[in-house]
Amino acid sequence: MPMRAIKESATLPELTPDDLSRYSRHLILPEVGMEGQRRLKAAKVLCVGTGGLGSPLAFYLAAAGIGTLGLVDFDVVDASNLQRQIIHSTKDIGRKKLDSAEEKLKALNPALNVVKHETMLTSANALEILKDYDVVADGTDNFPTRYLVNDACVLLGKPNAYGSIFRFEGQCSVFAAEDGPCYRCLYPEPPPPGLVPSCAEGGVLGILPGLVGVMQATEVIKLILGKGEPLIGRLLLIDALNMRFRELKLRKNPECPVCGTNPTVTQLIDYQQFCGITAAAQQEANLKNGIPQISVQELKRRIDAGEDVQLIDVREPWEAQIAQIGGKLIPQNDVPNRLAEIDRDREVVVHCKGGGRSQRIAEFLRQQGYERVANLAGGIGAWSNDIDPTVPKY
Amino acid sequence: MTIIIPTPLRQYVGGQSKIEVAAPTVKGALDALTLERPELRKHLFNAEGKVRAFVNVYLNDEDVRYLPQKEDSAVMENDTLTIIPSIAGGLQLSALSLQSSAGTADLELRA
Repeated sequence: MPMRAIKESATLPELTPDDLSRYSRHLILPEVGMEGQRRLKAAKVLCVGTGGLGSPLAFYLAAAGIGTLGLVDFDVVDASNLQRQIIHSTKDIGRKKLDSAEEKLKALNPALNVVKHETMLTSANALEILKDYDVVADGTDNFPTRYLVNDACVLLGKPNAYGSIFRFEGQCSVFAAEDGPCYRCLYPEPPPPGLVPSCAEGGVLGILPGLVGVMQATEVIKLILGKGEPLIGRLLLIDALNMRFRELKLRKNPECPVCGTNPTVTQLIDYQQFCGITAAAQQEANLKNGIPQISVQELKRRIDAGEDVQLIDVREPWEAQIAQIGGKLIPQNDVPNRLAEIDRDREVVVHCKGGGRSQRIAEFLRQQGYERVANLAGGIGAWSNDIDPTVPKY
Repeated sequence: MTIIIPTPLRQYVGGQSKIEVAAPTVKGALDALTLERPELRKHLFNAEGKVRAFVNVYLNDEDVRYLPQKEDSAVMENDTLTIIPSIAGGLQLSALSLQSSAGTADLELRA
């Protein structure tokens, strides 16, 4: 008997005349029918992330007649997203992903109730956010959030339609269903930071999240309808380059720390720490050729705290005319002749547009005997994204 | 037998997606695979020589951890061993701002 995410209830919403025409191709399917469509209308689904996986996932769920769609994201649309995040358009660059996604979803289906959670999912808010939903679809991009979503789903008893992608390869399953295995049964421990490259580092075929996100959507719909065979206890592997699909058996691990018979994880934990992303590891991971990489958040914190930071901007004058964040402008090629203007006794933070040129100059300064030199990771672009959106992007 | 190499590990095997080895057991096959590939070995095994907890090894469609003889399970010529590492991708890196920013810098450096 397939599981059903929506419990039997006499209070399923009625379908309106508009619904009847909109969903007519569903209504004539015996597996959906009137009752199934009413279940979809009653359903509340949470999409964690509105990126590569979340775009097709949310689109199809909205089209299918899901009543309430929750979206979790705090990012803004970047030009590099558009190769795969089809819910966002060129005109949305710089706009909040949640607003962009809501507009497209409501245009597709005005009856849809969109709930926007503009936040990073954390141990402090995950249970509160997830508890109102029937099914969760995890389309995140990092291990701490994967484990967080998994554990929250297990603790709350919510099934998780899981999808994950890398380059040409995808994985799909349904975790945390009643009696089914969870993500931790498959991966008890995360890989150490830096061992597994991210999509930003390793790249991803733009179409692949389309394939995998639509599979997640399919599983969500099946869970709500209670029809078919959900991917519970099965891991589907997608190799888009060779177009091969394989299926592996997943077992519920009786010793699983969260869903096993004697769980040791009974509340949400510190997932950054669990994934080895401690302050020390973060610092180590953020050394590049011996140069510390500081984030824009860290720089902002130091400036706000009144710490002595000598910010050197190594971009060209024309760039500084477009946007600046208060660094002393010494274009990269002038640096060797203008070392006298950079105080050796103070900490130096070098920045440019994206963090590339400034890294080379930071390495150069180190060779010149500067002891405290850091590179601003992501440069002024990251500053504009994460700290001050009024700083123009170029 | 055939060992299927997942995308993240292909860089350690010259980009191959499959490798044929001859070995009597799962353990033997993994040893044969990594004998002359120390970098790959480091990714698959910990210092004590155990398969790392975030790497799953499947003999055909079954998790080796759940086979009665685990890594000592016998393998036949037609069997397939699949290595399944964790992948986290889904959307643009954003939740981990430090890593995200470093990744962006990386891309720009290469560009």
